[in-house]
Amino acid sequence: MIDMAWIDATLTAARPQVLGALLRYFRVLDAAEDAFQEACLRALKNWPVKGPPRDPAAWLIFVGRNFALDEVRRRNKQTELPADDAILTDETEDAQTELAERLDASHYRDDILRLLFVCCHPDLPAAQQVAVALRIVSGLTVKEIARAFLVSESAMEQRITRAKARITAADVPFDTPGAPERASRLSAVSTMLYLLFNEGYSASGGDAHVRVPLCEEAIRLSRLLLRLFPSEPEIMGLSALLLIQHARAAARLDAENNIILLEDQNRGLWDRELIAEGLALVEKALRHHRPGPYQLQAAIAAVHSQAARAADTDWAEIDRLYQILETLQPSPVVTLNRAVAVAKLRGPAEALALIEPLAAKLGGYFYFFGLKGALLTQLNRPDEARTAFDHAISLANTAAEAAHIRLHLDRLQKDNESKRSA
Amino acid sequence: MLYSILCYESEALAAGRTRQEDDAMMVRLRAVQQTLRSEGKLGPVARLMPTTTATHIRAGKNPMVVDGPFAETKEQLLGFYIVDCPSLDEAIETAKLLAREKPHGTLEIRPVALFNAGGVSQ
Repeated sequence: MIDMAWIDATLTAARPQVLGALLRYFRVLDAAEDAFQEACLRALKNWPVKGPPRDPAAWLIFVGRNFALDEVRRRNKQTELPADDAILTDETEDAQTELAERLDASHYRDDILRLLFVCCHPDLPAAQQVAVALRIVSGLTVKEIARAFLVSESAMEQRITRAKARITAADVPFDTPGAPERASRLSAVSTMLYLLFNEGYSASGGDAHVRVPLCEEAIRLSRLLLRLFPSEPEIMGLSALLLIQHARAAARLDAENNIILLEDQNRGLWDRELIAEGLALVEKALRHHRPGPYQLQAAIAAVHSQAARAADTDWAEIDRLYQILETLQPSPVVTLNRAVAVAKLRGPAEALALIEPLAAKLGGYFYFFGLKGALLTQLNRPDEARTAFDHAISLANTAAEAAHIRLHLDRLQKDNESKRSA
Repeated sequence: MLYSILCYESEALAAGRTRQEDDAMMVRLRAVQQTLRSEGKLGPVARLMPTTTATHIRAGKNPMVVDGPFAETKEQLLGFYIVDCPSLDEAIETAKLLAREKPHGTLEIRPVALFNAGGVSQ
């Protein structure tokens, strides 16, 4: 008894491994994708009749590889080949079992890493890396990706075709990587997964502020990466960060799609299962004593997730973690985030002093002006606050961001009116 | 006789289930558990976090701590039940009640050699 939903889920789960192995054999992305496509079609035909294979991934690799080799022979010799079904005999089953045993773990890891890594070509803008990864690694259709990015299907088709041409023109690294090369691939892939998550978490355009499927796909791939590299604390940190951030998804927007800030969120809506998994990973990562940016961001998210109420937040710990992050990875955005903790601990004046020097670097950053406006409001400097909020609105990426700032402006307006009438 | 029913499933497949599908499955499984409990057959039940959260301790004079999971296996241990059944046949029947409510995976029945109910709860 084999249901289509099982086959579907199995093909999706096996995709990175199978496509990765086929890419190793054929060294050409298009050829590997065609072979994978064909193997899936044959699985849909074959598995319901003969039952599922012992190792679905090995079966797909074997069938995909044979298909592509046959294609080459067909083109070279123009000879007749046996019908499709002939290769799916019991003999094949034995052969694929044997093949399965020969698939060694290190190939398997590097195959998948390579597949992810080719999507991270440095010439490709971030959004294109993400789109291409969704197409190649996740196997989403162009239509699904277009919907996620809120662009037309033809525009996305063009974008992906161009990006793939670029990847093909570049040298895909086929040597088994040494440790430093593997580390640098892991880091590029981590960045891409982080971008993928962020694209879902804080959409860069359009009406939908949160796109859950992109977040879930990023989590699925980060878990895959962690299964392949179980001792990498930064991959633990990345997975933990994504899990804990995503745990808040249901609480981040209200029924009218308005943004609800962390301190105003209904913490009962946070997904405790995801948080628990994230905390377990943070704890595991910290044992390695090799701190990194993802671990620190995960630790910060963990502190927030452990506060039963916003007022219980351990801001001193958050300030401390941000300071370590600032030394590891100096960035005005990190300082901006630390300013929130500083405002809670030592008041808005000190926080404002911390962010004012960032104005030149963050002049195009929505959150800079949002925070500046909020701090100025607390300091009772409404005119300057209004200017900052106006600036923020002009930089808002989504309708929800703009609406949130308008809320602040309305409040300022009301305060102003009540003062005048008083 | 106490038997453990160990639930193995491909983690990648299990993680692919939507929240709604997973919740629906848990509701069905809890109904089976309720029946077993009312018959006095059910001991502790646990659902485990993904293997990516696992830590391994290698036994020996100087135990070594290693991050899990182990090299890729097709199915992972995702949870377990302890049931009290008079015979293997009945343990198999009990496991089948649970198996019917799961979309895929394998249940392994292993007789329990030593059981200490402990005192923790959550």
